[in-house]
Amino acid sequence: MSELTWGLWQLLLSGAWVTVQLTVYSAALGAVVAFGIGIARTHRLWIVRFLSGLYMEIFRGTSALVLMFWLFFVLPVAFGWQLLPLWAAVLALGLSYGAYGSEVVRGAVAAVSPAQREAGVALSFTPAQQLRKIIIPQAWPEMIPPFNNLLIELLKGTALVSIMGVGDIAFGASLIRNATGQSAPVYTIILLMYFVLAFVLTRGMRVVERHAKAGIGQAPPDSGSGLLGKLSLRRQTAVTGDATSAGGI
Amino acid sequence: MSADSNPGNHTTEHTNPTADGRELIRFDKVTKRFGDNTVLDNLDFTVAAGKHVTLIGPSGSGKTTILRLLMTLLKVDEGTIRVDGDYLTHEEKGGKLVPAGERHTREVRKKIGMVFQQFNLFPNMKVLRNIMEAPVHVLGLGKDEAEQRARELLDLVGLGDRCDAYPTQLSGGQQQRVAIARALAMRPQVLLLDEVTSALDPELVAGVLDVLRDIAHTTDITMLCVTHEMNFARDISDDVLMFDAGRVIESGSPDKIFSDPEHERTREFLSAVL
Amino acid sequence: MEWDWSKVGDFMPAFRDGVLVTLQALLLGSLIAFGLGLVWALAQRSELKAVRWPVTVFTEFVRNTPLLVQLFFLYYVLPEWGVTFSALTTGVIGLGLHYSTYTAEVYRAGIDGVPRGQWEAAKALSLPRTRTWGAVILPQAIRRVVPALGNYVVAMLKDSPMIATIGVLEMLGEARQFGSQTFVMTEPITIVGIAFILIAYPASLLMRALERRLVR
Repeated sequence: MSELTWGLWQLLLSGAWVTVQLTVYSAALGAVVAFGIGIARTHRLWIVRFLSGLYMEIFRGTSALVLMFWLFFVLPVAFGWQLLPLWAAVLALGLSYGAYGSEVVRGAVAAVSPAQREAGVALSFTPAQQLRKIIIPQAWPEMIPPFNNLLIELLKGTALVSIMGVGDIAFGASLIRNATGQSAPVYTIILLMYFVLAFVLTRGMRVVERHAKAGIGQAPPDSGSGLLGKLSLRRQTAVTGDATSAGGI
Repeated sequence: MSADSNPGNHTTEHTNPTADGRELIRFDKVTKRFGDNTVLDNLDFTVAAGKHVTLIGPSGSGKTTILRLLMTLLKVDEGTIRVDGDYLTHEEKGGKLVPAGERHTREVRKKIGMVFQQFNLFPNMKVLRNIMEAPVHVLGLGKDEAEQRARELLDLVGLGDRCDAYPTQLSGGQQQRVAIARALAMRPQVLLLDEVTSALDPELVAGVLDVLRDIAHTTDITMLCVTHEMNFARDISDDVLMFDAGRVIESGSPDKIFSDPEHERTREFLSAVL
Repeated sequence: MEWDWSKVGDFMPAFRDGVLVTLQALLLGSLIAFGLGLVWALAQRSELKAVRWPVTVFTEFVRNTPLLVQLFFLYYVLPEWGVTFSALTTGVIGLGLHYSTYTAEVYRAGIDGVPRGQWEAAKALSLPRTRTWGAVILPQAIRRVVPALGNYVVAMLKDSPMIATIGVLEMLGEARQFGSQTFVMTEPITIVGIAFILIAYPASLLMRALERRLVR
């Protein structure tokens, strides 16, 4: 078996860096979309609710890979501007995972007791102030576990960019497979790399959650007991309502 | 109901602005329905500035609805409400009354403060910030001034040492006292008290009522109060209004209402709660 | 933007083949996911550490790594080990295996959601283990989780174009092939994109309706 040389390792590590970048950029775009659309869906004007609902249904209904193909192959032909593959990927991932995230935001905002909004009215806060100072800070800790699940889905989704020729981990792996003629070692290694990234993300989100809960005077969540608990990267949400954690829906 | 035989729709005795106060709240022919259920039926009543008015009556008689209409948490179906002469949810345009925008309503509403049955403190803010937030961001007060005012109010309600606690770390009675301080920090002309002791454990009720008695006796704030604490109502009220089926069936001084009620329904109600 | 309906017509025969392959992969993948997921869920409740541990580690690993890489693994590594499947079979196994780790969580939540009194009643009646599971617990649990399982079928539908990367000619694969033969991408990719929305949206509406009826 031909050895994985240092050069090949470097290929994988630089791929990992691309994967991290992709995840960060897409998550940033996705967060903007999630909050924008999610809050728009609670707006008092029906047209705003309708349009934001339409966005969510369309982008949740479509397949991220097909969207990526469309942005990459059709957009340049149709409109004459060519996106760099990296940005086509970020756009596709951010827009579609943002649509899932908007459902998380909407749900968490709706779950804040209406009495809190009433208290805001009684103190003459404007609707925007009520949202910013009262509703969102209370909804935020509730969003973190489902956001964690979505973030891992997003990380997994970044592997799709290798098909477009973006040099992420999965792309590095296919180069190495061609170079060495061996598949088992390199695919095992990169699966482990993805798992480690997902683990780190989850740990990070736990810290964020602890801070967020402390910030509203709640007890911190228990951080999975025992080794098996720690291994479990996903947070249980409602019994059957775990739909948002899937790669699709 | 029995209100038919009674001048329930008449404005009550304190309608005419008295020497010490102008008319601060005025309900004109206000009707409120929930589906087929008419909660307030063509209601007229006024409250003069500086008065402490208590609304009593069986549950479902529309007392809390009045407070929620004043706070614009509910919308009036018919009629108008005026606060200090200004229409709350209407504007006069070309001699006609038209629904007012959110901005107008908010300006008028700033004169009203409210304390809720369930306190409704903001769990994401510490006690001090709960009180400071609206004065700073709604009234535009400076941080230092708002903080000073908040600390004074916390002293007033006996919680000067709990500035840095989160609401969840306080007892129900303490939370309600913070909520009173929070409402007062906006310097409202009217304070609405919506069954403020109903959610409290019995041993915590007295502390909250003491604070309110103190405020009633030492300030000139107008109070509109819904309560089941009849002794408290007797202590602080200038006027008591007895509600039944969406109408005022009887009103008068606490002595008169509690000792010598005219109306049969009032007698029944008082014998049930006293 | 230029849109050529004659290209749409040209693509239709291939598109029809692609739809059939997509639905076939979805159906078979779902069956694997439903069956295997139940196996994982039951194994995770086993009293034997030697069963519980490896299953938990394996499912966590599969669930938290990309399906695309798993497909490559199955497609390139299995033949090295002397196991060779067709591309479609490999794709179906990959989809089914990946989503079985999700359905396992769904079953687990459903089983946890059965009131404790049901276990106690089964015990009080001295029902044997198999009857307790087969006649009391699972029927109640599965009824509650049907909508969630359905949601994962919709999710799987949207991940199914990934199997085009190992050469399966499902909808996206057909579109790519059509594109590389005719240098026309706009029409086939757009049609495939719309097809996904047209299949996925009514399906998720159906699941929401089921959820209202079954999860009571």
